[in-house]
Amino acid sequence: MDDTQKKRPFLFLFLLVLAIAFITPILIVLMNSFKGKFFISDAPFVFPNSDTFVGLENYTSGIQKIDFFSAFGMSLFITIGSVTLIVFFTSMTGWYLTRVKTKWASALFFMFVFSMIVPFQMVMFTMSKTANVLGLGDPVGILVIYLGFGAGLSVFLFSGFVKSIPLEIEEAVMIDGGGPPQMFFKVIFPILKPIAITVAILNVMWIWNDYLLPVLIIDSKYRTIPIAIQYLKGGFGSIDMGAMMAMLVLAIIPIVIFYLFCQKYIIEGVVAGAVKG
Amino acid sequence: MQKMIQKYFALFALPTLIAFTLAFIVPFIMGIYLSFTEFVTVNDAKWVGFGNYIKAFADKDFLNALWFTARFSIVSVVLINVFAFMLALALTKKIKGTNIFRTTFFMPNLIGGIVLGYIWQLIFNGILYKYEVTLMNDAAYGFWGLVILMNWQLIGYMMIIYIAGIQNVPKEQLEAAKIDGATNGVILRKIILPLVMPSITICLFLTISNSFKLFDQNLSLTAGGPSKQTAMLALDIYNTFYGKSGFEGVGQAKAVMFFLMVAIIVIVQLAITRRKEIEN
Repeated sequence: MDDTQKKRPFLFLFLLVLAIAFITPILIVLMNSFKGKFFISDAPFVFPNSDTFVGLENYTSGIQKIDFFSAFGMSLFITIGSVTLIVFFTSMTGWYLTRVKTKWASALFFMFVFSMIVPFQMVMFTMSKTANVLGLGDPVGILVIYLGFGAGLSVFLFSGFVKSIPLEIEEAVMIDGGGPPQMFFKVIFPILKPIAITVAILNVMWIWNDYLLPVLIIDSKYRTIPIAIQYLKGGFGSIDMGAMMAMLVLAIIPIVIFYLFCQKYIIEGVVAGAVKG
Repeated sequence: MQKMIQKYFALFALPTLIAFTLAFIVPFIMGIYLSFTEFVTVNDAKWVGFGNYIKAFADKDFLNALWFTARFSIVSVVLINVFAFMLALALTKKIKGTNIFRTTFFMPNLIGGIVLGYIWQLIFNGILYKYEVTLMNDAAYGFWGLVILMNWQLIGYMMIIYIAGIQNVPKEQLEAAKIDGATNGVILRKIILPLVMPSITICLFLTISNSFKLFDQNLSLTAGGPSKQTAMLALDIYNTFYGKSGFEGVGQAKAVMFFLMVAIIVIVQLAITRRKEIEN
């Protein structure tokens, strides 16, 4: 076999059709976001015409109805805040639990791994009560909850990576007189960078799109994008299809931009996360 | 050296441990305890033994959700993995545009469940409108709707993992088999499949747990309608907790059973497929 590209016209054509089919649902939503709200449900596959085209009206009314930009800011704050905390603290914990081989450390590590298979529904009610009692029901408090609930997978991934770092590196630093904190931040953390990117990507994908955890934990006056979209459906009696289409488009745009810029990291991160998991 | 590091427990492990205790350990233990009690506000919990579990099994919505979830998971897991594997095979044949195809197929995975549900609700209702029905007319529409949605979301994700597995198959081995006159089918069964077994393990794990735990997509596509017939387990548990007061204990008992089911299925699957990996 040679490494040149092969011409397989039928396979290529098939993949092309499939790729178009894959993005069609998103294009249909985009198209409908420019139509009047009464022309969407009945005829979603019809292009807008002079009677049905409303320009950006759906966007302005939707943005106003659910206060889209504050939802966007909220999603951004919670995602960046949580992911920063998760990467910072679970990298330390993953390293610590791998290097310290006591019974307690193993037991704790086992608990983190165990938490990975527990579905959210198992703890959702009691978690929201706990958060409520402790006053964690605001955008800052929820960061602590995300750190705790996201710790399992992240500690597990960091720990798996630490196992591949030779101990000699750490011993050399020790001989040079550095204590564990300097050693971790100056030497170990830079080595952990590839897995830190994986952990960050996986957690961004989870937290940015998460609906149920924030809706149960934070006070209803704070809305992330998924919560705002769900509110658009339930909060106004009847659903405004025009505003809905426009808000779906606005919800997808940041994801597409993020994807196009970080594509390489996202795909590598997903593979690395899956293989290690 | 271990002793040196051990002294820094408060710096390295304590912050994560505190958050983990608050967000997981305490809610988990409390959850198990509360499943044996009747309560509304947690503080008024009264011990009722297995009463909640008995009530859960007498609840036909729960049984329906269990059956719906099982059927949905089996159909989705099979379809997603077969399609993803076929696409991965196609995209490792060095044809033109491989990267763009891969990018496109993976993209839906990044869109959140709530948004996905509303996108597909528009499409399905648009198609069904021609037959003068909606997703709310028949549970079968919701079932197949969720299957299609799930395929759209996860095929690209699984495809990426299968591609990584297939690329690890040594080229020499494939060439040797070709020289020996092995057909494509034989190469696939005897060489590629055994060597991508680790990818199969992980893809099965991800698709099974994602299908079984599905919530957001279920909530936005059908919200369980018509009349709770398309509510899956996660949504039924949510409805039990927050839909009717006085049933919190039953909701928690359902949640404990849900956890046990997920744990058992996932552990059995990992044990079976890991054994296959070792055999090869």
